[in-house]
Amino acid sequence: MRSGSMQYVIIGNSITSVGCIESIRKHDTTGAITVIGEENHPIYARPLISYLLQGKTDEQKMTYRDEEFYQKHGVQVLTGRRVEKIEVEGQLLRLDDGSSMQYDKLLIATGSLPFIPPMKNLEEVEHRHTFLSLSDAKELEAELQPSSRVLIIGAGLIGLKCAEGILERVQSVTVVDLADRILSSILDEEGSARVQTHLEQIGIRFHLGDSVCEFCGQEALLTSGKVVGFDILVLAVGVKPNIALAKDAGLAVNKGILIDQACRTSNPHIWAGGDCSEGWELLSGERRNLALLPNAYMQGETAGYSMAENEQRFENAIAMNAIGFFGLHIITAGIYQGEDLCFATEKGYKRLFIKDDHLVGCILIGDQVARGGIYTNLIRSRTDLRTLDFAMISEQPALMAFAQKVRSEQLGRAQ
Amino acid sequence: MKKIYVNEQWCLACHLCEYYCAYANSGLSDMVQALKDKPLHPRIQVEQRGTVSFAVNCRHCSEPLCLKSCIAGAITEKDGLIVIDQDKCVGCYSCIMACPYGALMPSESGVMQKCELCATNSHGLPVCVQGCPNQAIVYEER
Repeated sequence: MRSGSMQYVIIGNSITSVGCIESIRKHDTTGAITVIGEENHPIYARPLISYLLQGKTDEQKMTYRDEEFYQKHGVQVLTGRRVEKIEVEGQLLRLDDGSSMQYDKLLIATGSLPFIPPMKNLEEVEHRHTFLSLSDAKELEAELQPSSRVLIIGAGLIGLKCAEGILERVQSVTVVDLADRILSSILDEEGSARVQTHLEQIGIRFHLGDSVCEFCGQEALLTSGKVVGFDILVLAVGVKPNIALAKDAGLAVNKGILIDQACRTSNPHIWAGGDCSEGWELLSGERRNLALLPNAYMQGETAGYSMAENEQRFENAIAMNAIGFFGLHIITAGIYQGEDLCFATEKGYKRLFIKDDHLVGCILIGDQVARGGIYTNLIRSRTDLRTLDFAMISEQPALMAFAQKVRSEQLGRAQ
Repeated sequence: MKKIYVNEQWCLACHLCEYYCAYANSGLSDMVQALKDKPLHPRIQVEQRGTVSFAVNCRHCSEPLCLKSCIAGAITEKDGLIVIDQDKCVGCYSCIMACPYGALMPSESGVMQKCELCATNSHGLPVCVQGCPNQAIVYEER
């Protein structure tokens, strides 16, 4: 047990921060934990902002942990406060109100920022939004009218969730993306085409393989020569790790803050995790910025263990996404390399990727998503496919495909 | 803590556990009224192939990947029991993506459901275990 004087400080008040707090408290019940969050809200489930606009949740329900969370974990929270500088020599933080704060162990969990490519006359667009935070969602919501024509730049996860969230509240939603297909970061061509068809049937319009050349009042002139009229613009091209503080402090950074498998940065007193970080990815053996919620929680958790000197390593980070649009659900995981197996039904699609007798990736859409975690687990645990009935499991994820001995462990032993 | 464990060799593939589960979580006191002519949405499901069969439900993992992956903070742990707050769940399928056992599934309303060992319904003790005629599922400490 640590002495009570340990000062843990966390910059950022989101998922990574919660993972860190929960794991610190498993081993150190007395050290002081302070969270500094820029946003003026208690912790909320950030990916739910599209569901908020859709009316599927409300601000009360979208709190990520209950009201007593901070108190129960003995955490002091400063919301609406920004850290301006990390002074690594003195282990000191300079805050925007002129105050300073000492830390023994620091977690940087500053998340990501919207990436906005240059577009001519963008600054002159009056009703212009990004879609990452609760404030973003509320500002967008305040402008939505039944007559609004909304133009979304970006057909990725953020842009399309935004489209789903607002479609029924506005006159039209048009999405433009430079890529020639939607969700190109997580789907293959067939998967993109299926989801696009579904979204078009529901009423979303797409201009793909296209981009905005310039804005002209309430019109966007596209590279293809097309002109799209709009009332509200949403910029959802992508996100970039928020690494400014870490970079200024001289920590090793690439695209994100570089961390090891215990989520330590290049400074022995500083850890990082979540969207702002770049840790080791299992399948590529390379460092990757995996800006995904499960990864954010598990990195925060790993950092917390390490900060409380109970080191655990997070060694099986992979990309994984679960996302759905108007009832069509998608689960993807891993990397899309090696040999592949494809199964298509009228209502669904599955593609499995196999490399050196291991499952390394999967794309599951529609009626193929059920029990998808069995595949994800094969990928994360690097299970040798020769140890199970692969023909059976490739048809349908089931524990039946495992050897009886393995299954008796799975279902007969405390997990 | 006590959890549900499977004795695969005793499973008769009778699917009674599924019926008892659907009944236990229906909120109704009469089993016939709860199940007759209705689609079943049990939280325990029997896998069956040839002569092998066994029931699968939540393992209440000590490192619950569903909880860590839930984007809504709807899944929580209390004294080893993993529960889902269906009011908070938005049906994103992240838990289905994460669970190594395939033990969560959508409920009738579209949000996710999982076995909560009957601790959160009116029964208190796992009704599937009580209804299993051959002790193929048991509720005990291991």
